[in-house]
Amino acid sequence: MAYSDKVLDHYENPRNVGSLDKNDPNVGTGMVGAPACGDVMKLMIKVNDSGIIEDAKFKTYGCGSAIASSSLVTEWLKGKTIDEAYAIKNSAIAEELALPPVKIHCSVLAEDAIKAAVADIKAKQLAKETV
Amino acid sequence: MSNTSNYFELFELNPAFNIDVATLETNFRKIQSESHPDRFVTATSTEKLQSMQLATLANEAYQTLKQPANRAKYLLEQHGITAIADTNTAMPADFLMQQMEWREAMEDAVSEKDIAVLEKLLLEMRTEAKRLSIELSHLIDEQHDYAAATASTRKLIFIDKVCADILKAIEKLED
Repeated sequence: MAYSDKVLDHYENPRNVGSLDKNDPNVGTGMVGAPACGDVMKLMIKVNDSGIIEDAKFKTYGCGSAIASSSLVTEWLKGKTIDEAYAIKNSAIAEELALPPVKIHCSVLAEDAIKAAVADIKAKQLAKETV
Repeated sequence: MSNTSNYFELFELNPAFNIDVATLETNFRKIQSESHPDRFVTATSTEKLQSMQLATLANEAYQTLKQPANRAKYLLEQHGITAIADTNTAMPADFLMQQMEWREAMEDAVSEKDIAVLEKLLLEMRTEAKRLSIELSHLIDEQHDYAAATASTRKLIFIDKVCADILKAIEKLED
């Protein structure tokens, strides 16, 4: 199957690969997996006190489309508020990368990773407030 | 010749997770030889088509039932459950954490070209796959707990994928 140029670009030069300190109260972690292909994705976001995402890192074990989807979203996330991040739809990711129908689930995985990371940071913020 | 499209019936097996592998093998071979094109050289075109369809079905059925994760998936489908829906990406956090750790250990071993570590990892994966298979036979055949079986099937698919990737990595290093 032919990958689009954008997928290949992210696959060959993935942006923001790595991890952030998961114990940092300003870091949210989202982990998701796609049983359809056995792909696993970890997305970490660092949020400043104004609720803006300052940094994002990912680690994905999976196909080219899954790596490209997570690499792309780390670029999109920086500078966004967590609510804006939460609103990112898989269809936007799929469209940007020109994913074929059989690879749409890779973009779903990336969207769900963002939602999981945002949920994690919100839970951490809530825990901070209640202390 | 069999008329059924049910994979278990096709091979005269009980629809269960625990199957008699010897029966599966024997009955698969039997259908293969019965539907072999050489036997249909002088047959009518309808008969040729039917035998070809049977051979294709038997192949598909064999591949599905032979492999534990596929067999579990098939059994769950018969109970109306799609174990690997694309839209369902939620897996238990500790399981995903473990997946990441295995993946990272594999990545490190590959970059250090350490086949011994990869083989140890492979063994660990296979032990885990075996454990999940035993769990699945309890959940499906005895307890009929299809929700729990779905969760275990999903885990088994991930484990199988790691196994396949480790094998590929070992082969590449050995080349």
